[in-house]
Amino acid sequence: MTQRTVELSILRYRPEEDDKPWFQTYQVPCDEDWVVLDAINYVKDHLDGSLSYRWSCHMAVCGSCSMMINGDPALSCKTFIRDLPEGPVRIEPLANFPIERDLVVVMDDFMEKLQRVKPYLIRSTEKPLEEGQHLQSPAELKKFKQYTLCINCACCYSACPQYALIPEFIGPAALTLAHRYNQDSRDQGRDEREDVVASNEGIWDCSFAGACSDVCPKHVDPASAVQQMKIASTVDWFMRRLGLGGGKS
Amino acid sequence: MARSNKPMVWSLFAAGGTVAAFVMPVLMLLTIMAGYGQLTDSLGYEGMKSFASGWMGKLFLLVVIVTCLWHAAHRARTALHGLGLRADKAVAVIGYGIASLGSLLAVFYLLRI
Repeated sequence: MTQRTVELSILRYRPEEDDKPWFQTYQVPCDEDWVVLDAINYVKDHLDGSLSYRWSCHMAVCGSCSMMINGDPALSCKTFIRDLPEGPVRIEPLANFPIERDLVVVMDDFMEKLQRVKPYLIRSTEKPLEEGQHLQSPAELKKFKQYTLCINCACCYSACPQYALIPEFIGPAALTLAHRYNQDSRDQGRDEREDVVASNEGIWDCSFAGACSDVCPKHVDPASAVQQMKIASTVDWFMRRLGLGGGKS
Repeated sequence: MARSNKPMVWSLFAAGGTVAAFVMPVLMLLTIMAGYGQLTDSLGYEGMKSFASGWMGKLFLLVVIVTCLWHAAHRARTALHGLGLRADKAVAVIGYGIASLGSLLAVFYLLRI
C-alpha cells in the first residue's frame, strides 16, 4: 500500500497552560485508505499522547468526531486524506462553539436547544394498549425519514452564518428534529413545538444560506426542513389573523 | 416564547422571490428589446398601454412590482445583517418604508392609466 507523509497542523488549547489556542504540527505517515481520524489517532498513539479529541464509531454513525478540516466542518472519520489537496492539513475544533480542550468543544448550547424543541412523540390522548400499534404507511414514513438520519454532529451549527451571528438562534439540527416529529403521523405536538420553532429565535433567524445542507455528512438537508416550517408557520399566522385556527399566538 | 410576526414580511419576500425568479428576467429582456425597437407592435407602447388599462393587466403589474419591492427590502435587510450592519430596526424601517412607498406609488400610477 502506498504511504505518504502528511503534515497535520492541529489547533491546541490546554486551558491550564495556554493563554490562547495555537497550532502544533505533526508529520504523519499515512496509508492511502486513511481518513483524517486515522491520522489523528496515529498522533495520539505514536507522537503526542496529550492531544484531546472526541471519537467513537469511526463509521459516520456516532457524530462525535466532527471538526474543522481545512476550514470546513466535517466528520474526520468520513474525510479521506487522499481527497484533500496536497500540503498541510489544518485541523481545528468545530467553529461557533467554545473550545473546552484541543479539538473538544463545549456542546451545552446545542444540547439545551435540542431539548427545547421537544424532539419526541407527543400525544394529546394516549391510545390504549389493547387498540394495538400506531400504523404508518410508507408514504407517511417517507415524509420525515430523511430527517431522522441526523447524528447530532453539529457540523451544521459550525457552518451556519446566522448561528455565528446570533447565539440565541435555535439552529439547523434542532429545528430539523422538530420538523421530523411535526411530520410524523403519530405525533400531535406541533402546536407545543411552535412556541419555540415559530419564535424569532426559531425558524425566522434562518436566512436560507443553505450552508447547513452543504456540509451535512448524512444528507439530512436541514435547510429544506426549515423552509417547510417557514411555509407552515406562515399559513398558521394568516389563519390566526383570519380567525380560522392556526394555534395560539 | 411569543410567536413571531415575521410571516407578514416573509410571505411577501417568498412570493417576490418566486416572481423575481420567473417573471423579472422575461420583463427585463422585453424592456431591453423594446429599447432597441425589436418588439412587435403588440408589445410596443400602445400594446402595453392597453394591457395596463385592463384590470387583469393592472393586477399583474401590481403583483410583480409590489412583491419584488418587498422581496428586495427583506433580502437587503438579511444581507446587511449578514455583512455586519447591526442596525436591524433602522434597516427594516427604511427598507420596508421604501417598499411601502413604492407599492403605494404603483397603485397610484396604475390607476391613472
